[in-house]
Amino acid sequence: MAEEILKVDHLNKYYGDWQALHDINFSLNKGEVVTLLGPSGSGKSTLIRTLNGLEPFRSGEIYFHGKKVEPSPKEWQELRQKIGMVFQSYDLFPNLTVLENILLAPTKVQKRPREEVKKEALELLERVHLTEQANAYPRELSGGQKQRIAIVRALAMHPELMLFDEVTASLDPEMVRGVLEIIKELADRDHMTMIIVTHEMNFAAKIADKVLFLENGRILEETAGKEFFDHPQTKRAAEFLSSMEF
Amino acid sequence: MNWEVIQQSIPSFVKGFQLTLWLSFVGIVGSLVVGVLVSLVRYFKIPIISKILGAYVEVGRNTPLLIQLFFLYYGFPVLGMKLSAEASGIIGLIFLGGAYMAEGFAGGFNGINKSQIDAGLALGMNQWELARYVVLPQGLALSVPALSANVIFLIKETSIFSVIAIPELTNTALDLIGMYYRSNEYLLVLVIAYAIILIPLILFLDWLERRVRYGSFGN
Repeated sequence: MAEEILKVDHLNKYYGDWQALHDINFSLNKGEVVTLLGPSGSGKSTLIRTLNGLEPFRSGEIYFHGKKVEPSPKEWQELRQKIGMVFQSYDLFPNLTVLENILLAPTKVQKRPREEVKKEALELLERVHLTEQANAYPRELSGGQKQRIAIVRALAMHPELMLFDEVTASLDPEMVRGVLEIIKELADRDHMTMIIVTHEMNFAAKIADKVLFLENGRILEETAGKEFFDHPQTKRAAEFLSSMEF
Repeated sequence: MNWEVIQQSIPSFVKGFQLTLWLSFVGIVGSLVVGVLVSLVRYFKIPIISKILGAYVEVGRNTPLLIQLFFLYYGFPVLGMKLSAEASGIIGLIFLGGAYMAEGFAGGFNGINKSQIDAGLALGMNQWELARYVVLPQGLALSVPALSANVIFLIKETSIFSVIAIPELTNTALDLIGMYYRSNEYLLVLVIAYAIILIPLILFLDWLERRVRYGSFGN
Protein backbone atom coordinates (compact mmCIF):
# COMPACT_ATOMS: atom_id res chain seq x y z
CA MET A 1 0.00 0.00 0.00
CA ALA A 2 1.55 3.23 -1.15
CA GLU A 3 1.83 5.99 1.39
CA GLU A 4 -0.21 9.07 0.54
CA ILE A 5 1.74 12.30 0.92
CA LEU A 6 -0.65 14.88 -0.40
CA LYS A 7 -4.36 15.01 -0.98
CA VAL A 8 -6.33 17.92 -2.36
CA ASP A 9 -10.04 17.82 -1.73
CA HIS A 10 -12.63 20.08 -3.44
CA LEU A 11 -10.26 23.04 -3.54
CA ASN A 12 -11.60 26.35 -4.84
CA LYS A 13 -9.61 29.50 -5.23
CA TYR A 14 -10.70 33.00 -6.17
CA TYR A 15 -9.00 36.23 -7.09
CA GLY A 16 -11.70 38.63 -5.96
CA ASP A 17 -14.84 37.54 -7.77
CA TRP A 18 -12.98 35.56 -10.38
CA GLN A 19 -12.60 31.86 -9.71
CA ALA A 20 -9.07 30.72 -10.53
CA LEU A 21 -9.38 27.08 -9.45
CA HIS A 22 -12.57 25.01 -9.63
CA ASP A 23 -13.10 21.99 -7.42
CA ILE A 24 -9.60 20.55 -7.60
CA ASN A 25 -9.24 16.96 -6.40
CA PHE A 26 -6.22 14.73 -6.61
CA SER A 27 -3.80 12.83 -4.45
CA LEU A 28 -0.14 12.02 -4.60
CA ASN A 29 1.66 9.00 -3.21
CA LYS A 30 5.20 8.83 -1.95
CA GLY A 31 7.65 8.58 -4.83
CA GLU A 32 5.09 9.59 -7.40
CA VAL A 33 5.72 12.26 -10.03
CA VAL A 34 2.77 14.31 -11.20
CA THR A 35 3.01 16.84 -13.99
CA LEU A 36 0.51 19.64 -14.38
CA LEU A 37 -0.06 20.35 -18.04
CA GLY A 38 -2.32 22.74 -19.83
CA PRO A 39 -2.39 25.96 -21.80
CA SER A 40 -1.20 29.27 -20.37
CA GLY A 41 -3.60 30.69 -17.84
CA SER A 42 -5.09 27.28 -17.06
CA GLY A 43 -4.22 27.59 -13.37
CA LYS A 44 -1.19 25.27 -13.19
CA SER A 45 1.06 27.78 -11.46
CA THR A 46 -1.74 28.99 -9.23
CA LEU A 47 -2.43 25.42 -8.17
CA ILE A 48 1.19 24.54 -7.43
CA ARG A 49 1.62 27.77 -5.45
CA THR A 50 -1.51 26.99 -3.46
CA LEU A 51 0.00 23.66 -2.44
CA ASN A 52 2.60 25.30 -0.24
CA GLY A 53 0.51 28.18 0.93
CA LEU A 54 1.96 30.92 -1.27
CA GLU A 55 -1.59 31.48 -2.53
CA PRO A 56 -4.56 31.31 -0.16
CA PHE A 57 -7.65 29.35 -1.19
CA ARG A 58 -11.27 29.92 -0.35
CA SER A 59 -12.68 26.49 0.27
CA GLY A 60 -11.75 22.83 0.25
CA GLU A 61 -8.98 21.00 2.05
CA ILE A 62 -5.36 20.07 1.62
CA TYR A 63 -4.05 17.05 3.52
CA PHE A 64 -0.36 16.45 4.07
CA HIS A 65 0.40 12.90 5.25
CA GLY A 66 -3.30 12.48 5.93
CA LYS A 67 -3.40 15.45 8.27
CA LYS A 68 -5.56 18.39 7.33
CA VAL A 69 -3.61 21.59 6.78
CA GLU A 70 -4.97 24.45 8.84
CA PRO A 71 -4.36 27.44 6.60
CA SER A 72 -2.55 29.58 9.18
CA PRO A 73 0.79 31.30 8.50
CA LYS A 74 2.43 29.30 11.27
CA GLU A 75 1.28 25.93 9.97
CA TRP A 76 2.27 26.74 6.40
CA GLN A 77 5.64 27.98 7.58
CA GLU A 78 6.34 24.64 9.26
CA LEU A 79 5.01 22.63 6.33
CA ARG A 80 7.12 24.51 3.83
CA GLN A 81 10.20 23.11 5.52
CA LYS A 82 9.09 19.73 4.18
CA ILE A 83 7.95 20.99 0.79
CA GLY A 84 10.70 22.26 -1.49
CA MET A 85 9.84 24.67 -4.25
CA VAL A 86 11.76 25.88 -7.28
CA PHE A 87 10.56 28.86 -9.32
CA GLN A 88 10.82 29.98 -12.90
CA SER A 89 12.90 33.01 -11.91
CA TYR A 90 15.38 30.98 -9.75
CA ASP A 91 15.28 33.59 -7.00
CA LEU A 92 18.61 32.93 -5.45
CA PHE A 93 19.40 35.64 -2.92
CA PRO A 94 21.64 38.08 -4.83
CA ASN A 95 23.53 39.27 -1.76
CA LEU A 96 24.70 35.76 -0.80
CA THR A 97 27.16 33.36 -2.40
CA VAL A 98 26.00 30.06 -3.82
CA LEU A 99 27.03 28.19 -0.69
CA GLU A 100 25.45 30.77 1.62
CA ASN A 101 22.24 30.54 -0.40
CA ILE A 102 22.18 26.80 0.19
CA LEU A 103 23.17 26.92 3.86
CA LEU A 104 20.85 29.75 4.89
CA ALA A 105 17.58 27.94 5.49
CA PRO A 106 18.92 24.59 6.80
CA THR A 107 21.11 26.36 9.38
CA LYS A 108 18.91 29.35 10.29
CA VAL A 109 15.43 27.94 9.85
CA GLN A 110 15.97 24.27 10.62
CA LYS A 111 18.86 25.06 12.99
CA ARG A 112 20.94 22.12 11.80
CA PRO A 113 24.69 22.20 12.48
CA ARG A 114 26.51 24.23 9.86
CA GLU A 115 29.31 21.73 9.26
CA GLU A 116 26.91 18.88 8.59
CA VAL A 117 24.82 20.95 6.19
CA LYS A 118 27.92 22.27 4.46
CA LYS A 119 29.23 18.77 3.82
CA GLU A 120 25.89 17.82 2.35
CA ALA A 121 25.68 21.02 0.31
CA LEU A 122 29.05 20.31 -1.25
CA GLU A 123 27.94 16.80 -2.17
CA LEU A 124 24.81 18.19 -3.78
CA LEU A 125 26.85 20.78 -5.65
CA GLU A 126 29.05 18.01 -6.96
CA ARG A 127 26.00 16.16 -8.11
CA VAL A 128 24.90 19.13 -10.21
CA HIS A 129 28.47 19.77 -11.39
CA LEU A 130 28.80 23.16 -9.75
CA THR A 131 31.38 22.56 -7.05
CA GLU A 132 33.63 25.26 -8.46
CA GLN A 133 30.86 27.85 -8.19
CA ALA A 134 30.37 27.35 -4.44
CA ASN A 135 31.78 30.76 -3.59
CA ALA A 136 30.46 32.63 -6.61
CA TYR A 137 27.61 35.11 -6.43
CA PRO A 138 24.40 34.43 -8.38
CA ARG A 139 25.18 37.31 -10.75
CA GLU A 140 28.24 35.39 -11.95
CA LEU A 141 26.20 32.35 -13.00
CA SER A 142 24.23 31.48 -16.12
CA GLY A 143 20.50 30.88 -15.89
CA GLY A 144 20.94 27.12 -16.03
CA GLN A 145 23.52 27.20 -13.26
CA LYS A 146 21.28 29.39 -11.12
CA GLN A 147 18.40 27.01 -11.55
CA ARG A 148 20.54 24.00 -10.61
CA ILE A 149 21.62 25.89 -7.48
CA ALA A 150 18.00 26.71 -6.69
CA ILE A 151 17.21 22.99 -6.86
CA VAL A 152 20.12 22.20 -4.55
CA ARG A 153 18.98 24.94 -2.17
CA ALA A 154 15.56 23.31 -1.94
CA LEU A 155 17.01 19.79 -1.60
CA ALA A 156 19.28 20.82 1.27
CA MET A 157 16.13 21.19 3.39
CA HIS A 158 15.45 17.43 3.03
CA PRO A 159 12.02 17.94 1.50
CA GLU A 160 9.49 15.13 1.29
CA LEU A 161 7.84 16.76 -1.69
CA MET A 162 9.29 18.98 -4.39
CA LEU A 163 7.31 21.50 -6.41
CA PHE A 164 8.74 22.71 -9.73
CA ASP A 165 6.98 25.72 -11.23
CA GLU A 166 8.02 26.07 -14.90
CA VAL A 167 11.63 25.85 -13.90
CA THR A 168 13.00 25.80 -17.44
CA ALA A 169 10.66 28.42 -18.90
CA SER A 170 13.15 31.27 -18.79
CA LEU A 171 16.25 29.30 -19.72
CA ASP A 172 18.16 29.34 -22.99
CA PRO A 173 17.39 26.12 -24.88
CA GLU A 174 20.83 24.63 -24.33
CA MET A 175 20.51 25.13 -20.56
CA VAL A 176 17.19 23.31 -20.31
CA ARG A 177 18.57 19.82 -20.62
CA GLY A 178 20.97 20.10 -17.68
CA VAL A 179 18.16 21.16 -15.38
CA LEU A 180 15.73 18.51 -16.61
CA GLU A 181 18.33 15.78 -16.20
CA ILE A 182 18.71 16.68 -12.55
CA ILE A 183 14.98 16.45 -12.02
CA LYS A 184 14.85 13.13 -13.88
CA GLU A 185 17.65 11.83 -11.70
CA LEU A 186 15.73 12.90 -8.58
CA ALA A 187 12.85 10.77 -9.77
CA ASP A 188 14.88 7.74 -10.84
CA ARG A 189 17.56 7.65 -8.18
CA ASP A 190 16.03 9.32 -5.15
CA HIS A 191 12.39 8.43 -5.84
CA MET A 192 11.53 11.98 -4.88
CA THR A 193 7.84 12.83 -4.78
CA MET A 194 7.32 15.69 -7.17
CA ILE A 195 4.75 17.96 -8.73
CA ILE A 196 5.99 19.56 -11.92
CA VAL A 197 4.50 22.35 -13.98
CA THR A 198 6.17 22.31 -17.37
CA HIS A 199 5.80 23.01 -21.05
CA GLU A 200 8.49 20.49 -22.00
CA MET A 201 6.29 17.70 -23.34
CA ASN A 202 9.04 15.18 -24.05
CA PHE A 203 10.31 15.59 -20.54
CA ALA A 204 6.82 15.30 -19.06
CA ALA A 205 6.21 12.14 -21.06
CA LYS A 206 9.39 10.56 -19.70
CA ILE A 207 9.01 11.54 -16.06
CA ALA A 208 5.28 11.65 -15.27
CA ASP A 209 3.60 8.81 -13.41
CA LYS A 210 0.44 10.83 -13.67
CA VAL A 211 -0.66 13.86 -15.64
CA LEU A 212 -3.22 16.39 -14.51
CA PHE A 213 -4.48 18.30 -17.51
CA LEU A 214 -5.89 21.69 -16.58
CA GLU A 215 -7.88 24.24 -18.44
CA ASN A 216 -9.65 27.34 -17.09
CA GLY A 217 -8.84 26.35 -13.53
CA ARG A 218 -10.37 22.88 -13.80
CA ILE A 219 -8.74 19.49 -13.97
CA LEU A 220 -10.09 18.18 -17.27
CA GLU A 221 -8.42 14.84 -16.97
CA GLU A 222 -6.20 12.83 -14.70
CA THR A 223 -4.41 10.11 -16.60
CA ALA A 224 -1.42 7.86 -16.08
CA GLY A 225 1.70 9.42 -17.58
CA LYS A 226 2.36 7.28 -20.62
CA GLU A 227 -1.27 6.85 -21.41
CA PHE A 228 -1.92 10.59 -21.44
CA PHE A 229 0.56 11.09 -24.22
CA ASP A 230 -0.54 8.02 -26.21
CA HIS A 231 -4.29 8.16 -25.65
CA PRO A 232 -5.51 11.34 -23.98
CA GLN A 233 -9.07 10.89 -22.70
CA THR A 234 -10.40 14.30 -23.64
CA LYS A 235 -10.54 15.94 -27.02
CA ARG A 236 -9.18 19.13 -25.49
CA ALA A 237 -6.05 17.35 -24.22
CA ALA A 238 -5.53 15.73 -27.61
CA GLU A 239 -5.70 19.17 -29.25
CA PHE A 240 -3.31 20.55 -26.68
CA LEU A 241 -0.81 17.77 -27.32
CA SER A 242 -0.97 18.13 -31.08
CA SER A 243 -0.54 21.90 -30.76
CA MET A 244 2.71 21.30 -28.88
CA GLU A 245 4.12 19.18 -31.69
CA PHE A 246 5.93 20.75 -34.53
CA MET B 1 34.79 91.81 6.57
CA ASN B 2 36.58 91.93 9.89
CA TRP B 3 38.78 88.90 10.53
CA GLU B 4 39.25 89.76 14.18
CA VAL B 5 35.51 89.53 14.75
CA ILE B 6 35.57 86.12 13.13
CA GLN B 7 38.52 84.98 15.19
CA GLN B 8 36.91 86.00 18.45
CA SER B 9 33.71 84.19 17.58
CA ILE B 10 35.41 80.87 16.88
CA PRO B 11 35.20 79.43 20.43
CA SER B 12 31.44 80.07 20.53
CA PHE B 13 31.01 78.53 17.09
CA VAL B 14 33.03 75.47 18.11
CA LYS B 15 30.59 74.89 20.96
CA GLY B 16 27.63 75.35 18.64
CA PHE B 17 29.29 73.09 16.09
CA GLN B 18 29.74 70.32 18.64
CA LEU B 19 26.16 70.63 19.79
CA THR B 20 24.82 70.56 16.22
CA LEU B 21 26.90 67.45 15.53
CA TRP B 22 25.75 65.76 18.70
CA LEU B 23 22.04 66.58 18.24
CA SER B 24 22.20 65.51 14.59
CA PHE B 25 23.90 62.27 15.50
CA VAL B 26 21.39 61.34 18.19
CA GLY B 27 18.52 62.47 15.98
CA ILE B 28 19.69 60.48 12.97
CA VAL B 29 20.42 57.29 14.91
CA GLY B 30 17.06 57.59 16.68
CA SER B 31 15.27 58.26 13.38
CA LEU B 32 16.89 55.25 11.74
CA VAL B 33 15.85 52.97 14.60
CA VAL B 34 12.29 54.32 14.62
CA GLY B 35 12.18 54.26 10.82
CA VAL B 36 13.31 50.67 10.38
CA LEU B 37 10.93 49.37 13.05
CA VAL B 38 7.97 51.32 11.70
CA SER B 39 8.66 50.27 8.13
CA LEU B 40 9.02 46.57 9.05
CA VAL B 41 5.73 46.59 10.95
CA ARG B 42 4.07 48.26 7.98
CA TYR B 43 5.79 46.00 5.44
CA PHE B 44 4.51 42.87 7.13
CA LYS B 45 1.13 44.55 7.74
CA ILE B 46 1.07 43.60 11.42
CA PRO B 47 -2.58 44.16 12.38
CA ILE B 48 -3.62 47.37 14.18
CA ILE B 49 -0.08 48.62 14.99
CA SER B 50 0.54 48.91 11.28
CA LYS B 51 -2.42 51.29 10.90
CA ILE B 52 -1.41 53.37 13.92
CA LEU B 53 2.12 53.72 12.61
CA GLY B 54 0.75 54.63 9.20
CA ALA B 55 -1.02 57.55 10.84
CA TYR B 56 2.19 58.49 12.66
CA VAL B 57 4.13 58.59 9.38
CA GLU B 58 1.55 60.90 7.84
CA VAL B 59 1.50 63.25 10.82
CA GLY B 60 5.29 63.17 11.16
CA ARG B 61 5.88 64.02 7.53
CA ASN B 62 3.10 66.50 7.06
CA THR B 63 3.69 68.84 9.98
CA PRO B 64 6.63 71.25 10.12
CA LEU B 65 9.38 70.55 12.65
CA LEU B 66 8.88 74.07 13.97
CA ILE B 67 5.31 73.26 14.98
CA GLN B 68 6.34 69.89 16.46
CA LEU B 69 8.97 71.67 18.56
CA PHE B 70 6.53 74.32 19.78
CA PHE B 71 4.15 71.57 20.72
CA LEU B 72 6.79 69.67 22.70
CA TYR B 73 8.48 72.65 24.29
CA TYR B 74 5.52 74.93 25.02
CA GLY B 75 2.60 72.51 24.79
CA PHE B 76 3.80 69.64 26.96
CA PRO B 77 4.30 71.77 30.11
CA VAL B 78 0.60 72.68 29.86
CA LEU B 79 -0.11 68.96 30.10
CA GLY B 80 2.14 68.84 33.16
CA MET B 81 5.26 67.44 31.46
CA LYS B 82 8.20 69.77 31.31
CA LEU B 83 10.88 68.89 28.79
CA SER B 84 14.25 70.59 28.52
CA ALA B 85 14.95 72.42 25.28
CA GLU B 86 17.40 69.76 24.18
CA ALA B 87 15.07 66.89 25.03
CA SER B 88 12.29 68.63 23.07
CA GLY B 89 14.67 69.14 20.17
CA ILE B 90 15.82 65.54 20.04
CA ILE B 91 12.35 64.08 20.47
CA GLY B 92 11.01 66.41 17.80
CA LEU B 93 13.80 65.56 15.40
CA ILE B 94 13.32 61.83 15.91
CA PHE B 95 9.54 62.18 15.53
CA LEU B 96 10.03 63.94 12.22
CA GLY B 97 13.04 61.92 11.10
CA GLY B 98 11.49 58.58 12.07
CA ALA B 99 8.56 59.27 9.75
CA TYR B 100 10.85 60.26 6.88
CA MET B 101 13.18 57.32 7.45
CA ALA B 102 10.21 54.93 7.61
CA GLU B 103 9.21 56.07 4.13
CA GLY B 104 12.82 55.76 2.99
CA PHE B 105 13.09 52.18 4.22
CA ALA B 106 9.64 51.37 2.82
CA GLY B 107 10.77 52.50 -0.62
CA GLY B 108 13.67 50.06 -0.43
CA PHE B 109 11.62 47.19 0.94
CA ASN B 110 8.98 47.62 -1.74
CA GLY B 111 11.72 47.53 -4.36
CA ILE B 112 12.52 43.91 -3.50
CA ASN B 113 11.12 41.47 -6.03
CA LYS B 114 8.04 39.74 -4.73
CA SER B 115 9.52 36.47 -5.94
CA GLN B 116 12.42 36.88 -3.50
CA ILE B 117 9.88 36.91 -0.69
CA ASP B 118 8.23 33.80 -2.15
CA ALA B 119 11.63 32.10 -2.24
CA GLY B 120 12.19 32.94 1.43
CA LEU B 121 8.72 31.71 2.36
CA ALA B 122 9.20 28.53 0.32
CA LEU B 123 12.31 27.83 2.38
CA GLY B 124 10.16 27.80 5.51
CA MET B 125 11.18 31.19 6.89
CA ASN B 126 8.93 32.88 9.41
CA GLN B 127 8.32 36.60 9.29
CA TRP B 128 11.28 37.43 11.48
CA GLU B 129 13.66 35.24 9.45
CA LEU B 130 12.31 36.74 6.26
CA ALA B 131 12.97 40.24 7.60
CA ARG B 132 16.42 39.32 8.87
CA TYR B 133 17.73 37.38 5.87
CA VAL B 134 15.81 38.67 2.85
CA VAL B 135 14.00 41.97 3.39
CA LEU B 136 16.63 43.84 5.40
CA PRO B 137 19.81 42.93 3.51
CA GLN B 138 18.27 43.66 0.12
CA GLY B 139 15.94 46.44 1.20
CA LEU B 140 18.63 48.39 3.06
CA ALA B 141 20.82 48.48 -0.01
CA LEU B 142 17.90 49.85 -2.02
CA SER B 143 17.03 52.36 0.73
CA VAL B 144 20.45 53.99 1.00
CA PRO B 145 19.81 56.84 -1.49
CA ALA B 146 16.58 57.88 0.27
CA LEU B 147 18.14 57.49 3.72
CA SER B 148 21.15 59.58 2.70
CA ALA B 149 18.89 62.40 1.58
CA ASN B 150 17.08 62.20 4.92
CA VAL B 151 20.34 62.33 6.87
CA ILE B 152 21.33 65.55 5.13
CA PHE B 153 17.83 66.94 5.60
CA LEU B 154 17.80 66.19 9.33
CA ILE B 155 21.15 67.86 9.91
CA LYS B 156 19.89 70.99 8.22
CA GLU B 157 16.65 70.82 10.20
CA THR B 158 18.62 71.17 13.47
CA SER B 159 18.94 74.86 12.62
CA ILE B 160 15.29 75.20 13.63
CA PHE B 161 16.35 74.32 17.20
CA SER B 162 17.40 77.96 17.48
CA VAL B 163 13.74 78.90 18.09
CA ILE B 164 13.64 76.96 21.36
CA ALA B 165 16.93 78.38 22.54
CA ILE B 166 19.20 75.40 21.99
CA PRO B 167 22.67 76.94 21.49
CA GLU B 168 23.50 75.04 18.30
CA LEU B 169 25.21 76.63 15.28
CA THR B 170 22.39 78.76 13.93
CA ASN B 171 21.39 79.96 17.38
CA THR B 172 25.03 80.82 18.12
CA ALA B 173 25.21 82.93 14.97
CA LEU B 174 21.89 84.66 15.63
CA ASP B 175 22.96 85.43 19.22
CA LEU B 176 26.27 86.88 18.12
CA ILE B 177 24.58 88.97 15.44
CA GLY B 178 22.12 90.24 18.03
CA MET B 179 24.90 91.21 20.38
CA TYR B 180 27.49 92.67 18.01
CA TYR B 181 25.60 93.54 14.79
CA ARG B 182 28.20 91.87 12.55
CA SER B 183 25.94 89.75 10.39
CA ASN B 184 28.31 89.31 7.42
CA GLU B 185 31.09 87.77 9.47
CA TYR B 186 28.91 85.53 11.61
CA LEU B 187 26.77 84.31 8.72
CA LEU B 188 29.93 83.46 6.78
CA VAL B 189 31.23 81.39 9.67
CA LEU B 190 27.83 79.78 9.99
CA VAL B 191 27.76 78.73 6.34
CA ILE B 192 31.30 77.40 6.53
CA ALA B 193 30.48 75.44 9.68
CA TYR B 194 27.54 73.68 8.01
CA ALA B 195 29.65 73.03 4.93
CA ILE B 196 32.34 71.41 7.08
CA ILE B 197 29.76 68.97 8.34
CA LEU B 198 27.79 68.41 5.17
CA ILE B 199 30.26 68.28 2.30
CA PRO B 200 32.39 65.40 3.62
CA LEU B 201 29.21 63.63 4.71
CA ILE B 202 27.68 63.91 1.24
CA LEU B 203 30.86 62.52 -0.31
CA PHE B 204 30.86 59.67 2.17
CA LEU B 205 27.18 58.87 1.53
CA ASP B 206 27.72 58.84 -2.25
CA TRP B 207 30.54 56.40 -1.81
CA LEU B 208 28.45 54.27 0.55
CA GLU B 209 25.58 54.21 -1.93
CA ARG B 210 27.75 52.81 -4.69
CA ARG B 211 29.46 50.33 -2.43
CA VAL B 212 26.34 48.93 -0.82
CA ARG B 213 24.63 48.60 -4.17
CA TYR B 214 27.52 46.68 -5.63
CA GLY B 215 27.81 44.48 -2.56
CA SER B 216 24.17 43.46 -2.84
CA PHE B 217 23.37 43.42 -6.50
CA GLY B 218 26.63 43.77 -8.40
CA ASN B 219 25.73 46.83 -10.42
